[in-house]
Amino acid sequence: MDPINFVILACVLFAIGAAAVLVRRNAIIAFMGVELMLNAANLALVAFSRIHGQVDGQVMAFFVMVVAAAEVVVGLAIIIAVFRARQTISLDEPAELKG
Amino acid sequence: MTFTTPAIEWAPTAPFIVVLGAAALAILVEAIVRTPATRRLVQLILSLVALLAALGLVIVQWAMLKGAGTVVLEGMLTVDRQSLAWQAVLLVSGLLGTLLFAARTRAGEEAFASLGAASPGSTEETLARRKGLQVTEVFPLALFAVGGMMLFTSVTDLIFLFVALEVFSLPLYILVALARRRRLLSHEGALKYFLLGAFSSAVFLFGAALLYGATGTTAFAGVGTGIVGASGLDPIILTGAVFVVVGLLFKLGAVPFHSWTPDAYQGAPTPVTAFMGAATKAAAAAALIRVLYVALHPLAWELSWLIWVTAIASMLLGTVVALVQTEIKRMLAYSSIAHAGFILVALAGLPDQAVWALPFYLFVYGLATLGAFAVITQVRERGEDGTVLGEATRLGQWAGLGRRSPWLAGAMALFLLSFAGIPLTAGFVGKFVAFGAAISEGGWPLVLIAVIASAAAAFFYVRLVVLMFLTDVPEDQEDAIAIDYSPLARVVVIVTAVAIVLLGVVPGPVLAAFENAGVLLIGAAG
Repeated sequence: MDPINFVILACVLFAIGAAAVLVRRNAIIAFMGVELMLNAANLALVAFSRIHGQVDGQVMAFFVMVVAAAEVVVGLAIIIAVFRARQTISLDEPAELKG
Repeated sequence: MTFTTPAIEWAPTAPFIVVLGAAALAILVEAIVRTPATRRLVQLILSLVALLAALGLVIVQWAMLKGAGTVVLEGMLTVDRQSLAWQAVLLVSGLLGTLLFAARTRAGEEAFASLGAASPGSTEETLARRKGLQVTEVFPLALFAVGGMMLFTSVTDLIFLFVALEVFSLPLYILVALARRRRLLSHEGALKYFLLGAFSSAVFLFGAALLYGATGTTAFAGVGTGIVGASGLDPIILTGAVFVVVGLLFKLGAVPFHSWTPDAYQGAPTPVTAFMGAATKAAAAAALIRVLYVALHPLAWELSWLIWVTAIASMLLGTVVALVQTEIKRMLAYSSIAHAGFILVALAGLPDQAVWALPFYLFVYGLATLGAFAVITQVRERGEDGTVLGEATRLGQWAGLGRRSPWLAGAMALFLLSFAGIPLTAGFVGKFVAFGAAISEGGWPLVLIAVIASAAAAFFYVRLVVLMFLTDVPEDQEDAIAIDYSPLARVVVIVTAVAIVLLGVVPGPVLAAFENAGVLLIGAAG
């Protein structure tokens, strides 16, 4: 199978993830959208690495995974703090900051 | 397949190692030192020593540097004068920011929550407050942020740039959520900052992946030559380049990627706002310079519309919306968006002068930001019973501040005039060299808009000055405001005020030093 198909799949996943962040109002779903975008980038890196016949792209994907894991830790901590204070994680609900 | 061990040059990487190593050490201190008061002192001293040592190392390297600089860690990191200048700017912001982090009111109240995990208004929170707990993790978090930003300014590889981006962003998300007062606001600011920040870094990463696909490398210089050599890959290259630049513009806070700025600035504890406002912009501008000049230089013409549109939109929106703000931190947030526009003006057409003008511009902008927010931490509300409460951030509460405390109000006026770019303040010199850079590459229409926007922006800065000096304190509000002198915050105000006057009156020597920083070392491709 031509590896360029995986690049196309990565682009589709990235678009779905970006749409989820921009459209969904639930903080967890929006965050899942971000994770989907990061994984789309990983898939693109690995596919390109195969196209170029290098291992560089695969090594980079590992770095991205580690960073994404750290981001999950921080993100979920903030979302949980918001949930415990307000009993909701809707992004429309907390509206103390305006203007 | 054989792997060769990479050579590590210790001397050029020493400042990074000192700052990030001290941050790791400070995490250990959290576990070892049990008493909150002692721990706070140990953390503060450790942070200050590490930042000063790193600043010393940067200065020594600046003095010893022969030629353009060195490429270290297999081309991942470039330490040239440009990088050293940015590192010094960030370390100064980090030092002043750390002092503000440690500042306490006369009653001993800190800017941070006593227990970050306790929900606002819960029993745990009351108990934690009564037991005198303190979130001393803010010091290592700040160190990690400074270290990540320093890397961000020197890295010459797209993937490593992404790692550095996250190393400084993740601590900032946490810091924003840790305000002691108005905690719901602080949580909300952190949530919005986090989601938009994570979104922007994912956009950046996908752009980096596309550029890797098109050129077969992620090193800046290699991407630059790869773009010239690649044929028939225009859509991938252009999309990748735009995504990478957009990711950086998010961090810079330029319109239309600015929506996190007002919320994060207002929600964050004021010392964090001061540090973030000064340092994040500098780091983002530094990375933008290196990416645009080294990696994406062949696309200068294609990307110029992006720079022009975001510059104009940032200046106009930042200025117009700041005019109608009634909250002082939010007003300064919109003013920072307008400043993001001014920074982009200097980059229009990628003039050579911008490479040294922007470090100077962001140095003086950072000083004024730290000073202004340091003043804000000291103007506080007073309760019915005379206790000092949280910061008075409504503009109306600043009426007559000049009567209450002429020096503090005078310093604030100085910072505001520096933001506005009035002559004899450092802000004027900064704007002068930045706009001069744009004119040298034919960006005069942008400079015209920038000058008009500066004039309009002067209106809301001067409005606050008038409010402080020429308006009387409302009759029933005589006791509503307390000026809380914290020695550390006062040090920050004095240092930044003196620096702004000096740099405004005799900018020559410092400008000459920054002019030396105007050479980007283009590392060997690969």
